[in-house]
Amino acid sequence: MAEQPTSIDITSLVKRHGATLAVDHVSLTVQRGEFFSLLGPSGAGKSSVLRMIAGFEAPDEGTIRIEGRSMEGVPPNRRPVNLVFQSYALFPHLTVAENVSFGPRMQGVPQGEIASRVRASLDMVKLSSKEERLPSQLSGGEQQRVALARALVNRPAVLLLDEPLSALDQQLRQEMQVELKSIQERAGCTFVCVTHHQEEALTMSDRVAVMQQGRVLQIGCPQDVYESPNSIFVARFIGVSNELRGIVRRIEGKRAVLQAQDFPGEVQILLPDGTTLHEGNVATILLRPERLRLSTSAQSLSGEQSLAGSVEKVLYSGSDRRYLVRCGERLVWNVRVPNDESGRNGLQRGDAVHVRWQISDAVVLSE
Amino acid sequence: MKQSGGWLWRASVANLFFLYGPIAALMLFSFNASRLSATWQGWSLQWYRALWADQALQAAAVNSLWVATVSTVLALLLGVGLAVGLEGLPGRRQRQIEQALLLPLVIPEVMMGVSLLLFFVLVRMPLSLTTVIVGHALFNVPVVMVIVRARLRKLDPRLLEVAADLGASYWGALRYVTLPLLRPAILGAGLMAFTISLDDFIVTYFTAGPGATTLPLKVYSMIKSGLSPEINALSALFVIVSMGLIGFSLLLQRR
Repeated sequence: MAEQPTSIDITSLVKRHGATLAVDHVSLTVQRGEFFSLLGPSGAGKSSVLRMIAGFEAPDEGTIRIEGRSMEGVPPNRRPVNLVFQSYALFPHLTVAENVSFGPRMQGVPQGEIASRVRASLDMVKLSSKEERLPSQLSGGEQQRVALARALVNRPAVLLLDEPLSALDQQLRQEMQVELKSIQERAGCTFVCVTHHQEEALTMSDRVAVMQQGRVLQIGCPQDVYESPNSIFVARFIGVSNELRGIVRRIEGKRAVLQAQDFPGEVQILLPDGTTLHEGNVATILLRPERLRLSTSAQSLSGEQSLAGSVEKVLYSGSDRRYLVRCGERLVWNVRVPNDESGRNGLQRGDAVHVRWQISDAVVLSE
Repeated sequence: MKQSGGWLWRASVANLFFLYGPIAALMLFSFNASRLSATWQGWSLQWYRALWADQALQAAAVNSLWVATVSTVLALLLGVGLAVGLEGLPGRRQRQIEQALLLPLVIPEVMMGVSLLLFFVLVRMPLSLTTVIVGHALFNVPVVMVIVRARLRKLDPRLLEVAADLGASYWGALRYVTLPLLRPAILGAGLMAFTISLDDFIVTYFTAGPGATTLPLKVYSMIKSGLSPEINALSALFVIVSMGLIGFSLLLQRR
C-alpha cells in the first residue's frame, strides 16, 4: 500500500449556529508534517473548524478524515489529535509533571514509559527544571510550554493550536513563533493552528487558509496569500494594501488602461493570465507599501507607473519610514521606504512626490 | 453622606448586639458560681465539671456525633452525585430538577418532621437512631448540593474538554479532575451538614426512638426539669463548636 501523505481531509464541512452558518462548506486538506494555519478575523469560523477536528462539536454536514479514518461519531478521547487551548487550561491542582503525564496515564501507558515520555516532552519545550511547580507558579510563556508538552506527550498525529500566542506579550510572542516552528520540526507531527494574527500565520505556516464569515477564501503558502491575494478581503486582512479602483478603458494585448475612479487619471495594468476582464468592467489593483517608491521627479522608467501626490504624514518606525501620500481626494496611499542610506534625508510633510511601481507588482482583481 | 454612614454603623452595632448579646450572656453565666441563673456570684468552672461527670449527657453526645457523621456521609454521597449529575443535563430540566431538590430547604421543619414520622410508621420502620440519620440526611442533601454546585459552576469547562482531549473517559475526568477540584467545596459542605445535623432539634424530635437521645433533645429535657447553669455550660460549648465548624466550612469554600 502506498503511503498516505494526507493528514487531515475535510470535505464540505458545515456548522450552523441557529440560522447563521458558522462554517460554510469548508473543504481543505492538510499534508502530514505540515504547519497549517487557519487565519481570519474573530467570528470567521476558524475555531469551530478546529473544535470539530478535535471532536468537541459535531459537524452538521460534511466529513472529517484524519489519517484516512472517518471521525464521524468518534469522541474526543478516541481521536489521534490533541488540542492546545487558547487559555492553556492547565489543571490547577496538578504539578507540571502531573499535568504532562495526565494523557499517558489516562491512556494506560506503562508507568516506566510515562516517566521517560514526560521527561522527553518537557525537554522538548525546555521546561525540565520546573517539573514540580504548580501552574499558578509559572509565567504565561511557561504555562504555554506546559500546555504544549501536555499535548505532545501523547504523540498525536495532529496537534491543534487555538490562538496559541494570543495571551503572550509582543516580545515573547515573536520568540514563541520561532520556537513553535522548531518544536513542530522536532516533534515531526502535523500542526493546525488557528490565529487572527496575520504576521504569526505567515511566519510559522507552510500553508495558510484565509477565512471570512465561515468560508475559506484562499489557501496557499504565505507568499501566495501575501503576494497574490485573490480578493480585496484577503489583501486587506494580510498586511497593508493600497487599492485603486477603476474602469477598464482599453485592452491592448496583455496590457490594459484603467481609468481611476477616485481621481481623474489613467494607469496601465498588466492583465493576469486567464482573466475575464473586458472593456467597461470594474477592476481594482492592489499594491503592497514596500513595492512602492517615492521620487520627486516626474520622469518614469519603462514598465513603471506612477501617481502624483503630496506627503501628508511621515511615520518613523526605526527600520523604515511610512509615508502617507495623498493622491486624490479619497485616495491616500501607504508607502514604506527602508531606512537605508538613500532614505536618510527623507521627504517632509507637504512635499510633492510621485508614487511609482512596477506594473508587474500590481495585483489586478476583477469584480 | 458622612451622617448616614455613622447612622448605618450604629445600626450595625445594634444589630450585632441583638444577635450576639444573648449568646454572650449565656456564655458569661456558664461561668457563674451561683446556682441561680439571674445573679452573678463570681467565676467558677463547676458547671463544666458537672457536665464532664454526667453519664447521660455523654451518651447523648456520642449519639449526636454518630448521627452527624453517618448522615453527613450519606448527604455527601447523594448531594455531590446530584450536583455533578445535574451539570450534564440540558438547562431547563436542570432547573426543574434542582428546584424540586431544593424544596426541603424551605419546607417548615415541623412539616418535614411530621411527614418523616408518618413515612416511618407507614413503612413500619421502628424509630431509632437510624431513622434520625435518614431524616438528617434528607435535609442535608440540598445543603450539600447547593454548595457543591456553586463551586462546580466556577470551574473552567475547558478543563473537562482537555481531560477528554487527553484521552480521559467521563469517569476518568470525574475522578482525576472534577472531584479533586471540588474537594474544598465538598469538605466545606460536609462541615456545614455535620453542624446542621449536630444542632437539629425538630426533625430529631419527631424521628428519634427510645434511647436515641441526641444533645439538643437532652438539653430540652433538662430544661423541662428546671433551669440549671449546667445547661448554660453545655449550650456555650455547643455554640463554640458549631461556630468553629461553620467558620472552617466557609473558609474552605472560599478557597
